[in-house]
Amino acid sequence: MTATAGGMPAAVRVSGLRKRYGGRPVVDGLTFSVAAGVIFAILGPNGAGKTTTVEILEGYRRPDEGEVRVLGLDPARAGAELRGRVGLMLQDGGIYPQARPREILRLYARFYRDPRDPDALLEQVGLADVAATRYKVLSGGQKQRLGLALALLGRPEVAILDEPTAGMDPAAKAATREMIGALRNAGTTVLLTTHELADVERMADRIAIIDRGRIVAAGSASELAAGAAPRIRFQLERALDDPDRSGLTAALGAGSIRDDGAPGRYLVDGLDSSPALLATLAGWCAARGLLIAELRTTGATLEERYLALTGDEAQHD
Amino acid sequence: MTEPASLRPVTSASPRPGNAAPALSSTVAQLGMELRLTARRGENLFVIVVLPLVLLVFFSLVPALTPNTARPIDFLLPGILALAVISTSLVNLSIATAFERSYGVLKRLGGSPLPRAGLIAAKIGAVLVVEVLQVALLVGVAVALFGWRPGAGGNPAVDLAAFLLGTLAFAGLGLLMAGTLRAEGTLAAANGLFLIFLLLGGVILPVNHLPGFLADLARVLPASALSDAYRIGLGSASGDPLPSLLILAAWGALTSLLATRLFRWE
Repeated sequence: MTATAGGMPAAVRVSGLRKRYGGRPVVDGLTFSVAAGVIFAILGPNGAGKTTTVEILEGYRRPDEGEVRVLGLDPARAGAELRGRVGLMLQDGGIYPQARPREILRLYARFYRDPRDPDALLEQVGLADVAATRYKVLSGGQKQRLGLALALLGRPEVAILDEPTAGMDPAAKAATREMIGALRNAGTTVLLTTHELADVERMADRIAIIDRGRIVAAGSASELAAGAAPRIRFQLERALDDPDRSGLTAALGAGSIRDDGAPGRYLVDGLDSSPALLATLAGWCAARGLLIAELRTTGATLEERYLALTGDEAQHD
Repeated sequence: MTEPASLRPVTSASPRPGNAAPALSSTVAQLGMELRLTARRGENLFVIVVLPLVLLVFFSLVPALTPNTARPIDFLLPGILALAVISTSLVNLSIATAFERSYGVLKRLGGSPLPRAGLIAAKIGAVLVVEVLQVALLVGVAVALFGWRPGAGGNPAVDLAAFLLGTLAFAGLGLLMAGTLRAEGTLAAANGLFLIFLLLGGVILPVNHLPGFLADLARVLPASALSDAYRIGLGSASGDPLPSLLILAAWGALTSLLATRLFRWE
C-alpha cells in the first residue's frame, strides 16, 4: 500500500489510468491519490470522463491501461469484502420502481454485518415522510437522497459519490453538503464528482479539475484560484460583426474574443488584464463610436480558473 | 439532519474484516425481496396464476382439443404444470430481470456486498418457491374439482427431475434474453415464446395432432419435453421418460452456458 506525504495510507490511488470507447479516449492518463479522511472532488464539465473514472474505481469497468487501488485492493477483482467497505452513490438510482425507501434500506442493510439503522438514516436524509412511497413517484431530489442513504448505510471507509447534489433543490444541496462534511469528520474518505463549483468551494479538501479525460489542475480551492489570472469581460451596446471581431482581435495583439453568454457580451481570452490592454480596448471602441455598456476585470476566482482550464460555462446553483 | 457520531465508520483497526454480511444471509434477504416484488406486480400474477388455472378448468370442462380416449384432466394437468414452469421461470423471470437491468437495479446490487452468485441464487430460489405454490394450487384444483389421482405407472422421481431440469432450461433461456436484449425486446420475445410453447408444447393440444413438420419441431422444444416427462411421471402416459429428460437437460446446459457467457449486467 502506498503512503502519502503525511504517512497516512492513500485510500484511493490511480496511476496512468486510460479508458477508450470506440477508439475515443474518455480517460486519458489520470494519476491521483486520495488521502484517507479527506473529501476529494473530481470537478469537470459533462463528458470530461468523471463517471467513467469513478465506475472504474467502483469495479464496474476495467481500465485499458494503468492501475487503480481502493483501500489497497483492485476493485475489479476484489469481491464482496471490498464492497462491504465502500459505499456507492450512482448517478441513476438503480432502485426497483415498485419498492419503497424503507424497504430498500432494510434490504441493503441485510447485506452488511453492522449497518446503520435504516429508520434513523431515513430521518437524516429527510425521507421519513416518504418512507413508504413507491420509488417511481419520488421526486428527483428524493431519489438522490435515497441514493446517498444507500451509500452511507454500510458505514463505509470510502464513499464514492457520483454527482451527489445533482437534481436537488438548494436546501437539499446545502443539507447534503453538510452531511458529506460530517461523514468526512467522522473518518470516512469521500471521493465525489461534480460539475458544480459550489460543491467544491463548500466542501472539498482537494480538487482535481479534469477535462477531456486529463487532469488540468489539482489542489485545494484556494490554491487553484491563486493560479487564475485576472481577465477582461465587457458588454457592448450591440453585437460585433465578423470583420469587427477580427479587427478587435488584431488590435489587442493576441488572444481572442469569446462570446460570454449573451449577445454583445465578450470575454478576452488568453490575455491577462492590464492597464494598456484596457486602454486599447476602450480606444478601439471609441474610434468606432461603440459604447461599452459594462467593463469588468474579474479577479482570481476558482470559477475563472475553471473556465480558463475547461472552456466550460460553470453551472452555479 | 446530520448526526456525526452515528456516521462513524466501523472501527479502524488494520487489517480490516470488512462489513459485508455472510453471503447466505444476503442471499436470503434478496430472495425475500424477489418474492415480495413478484407478489406486487399484478401482470405477473395473471400469467403465473390466473392463466394456467383458467386453461386447466376451461379445457377440463370443454374438452375440445384433448384426446378422446383419456379423461381430459389426465392429459391437461401435466401440460398445465409444464406451462406453469414456463410462466414463472421463462416469462416472469425474464421480464422482471430485463427491466431491472434497464433500470440499473442489477448494476446497483452489483456494487453492494451481495455476491452476483447470491443474486442469481435468490432469483432461482424465488422461481422455485413460486413454482411449488403453482403446483400446490393446480394439483389442488385438479383433485378438488375433477377428482384427479396420479396414474398407476407414475414415478415421482421423474416428476422431480422434469421440474428441476425444466426450470433450468427455461430460467436459462429467460436470463439469456434478459441479459442480452433490451427490456422491450425481452417482453415481446417472452410473450411470443409463451404463445409458441402453449400451442406447440403439448400443453392443451397433443403434439401428434399437429401437422408433420410442426410436430417434428415441437418434439425437440423444451416445452413438449417437459409436458411429456410430466405425463409419464404422473402416470397419464406410459413410455421411457429418458429421451424427454435428456432434451430438457440439453436445453438447460445450452441456455445456462450461453446466459453465463453473454449476460450483460448493464
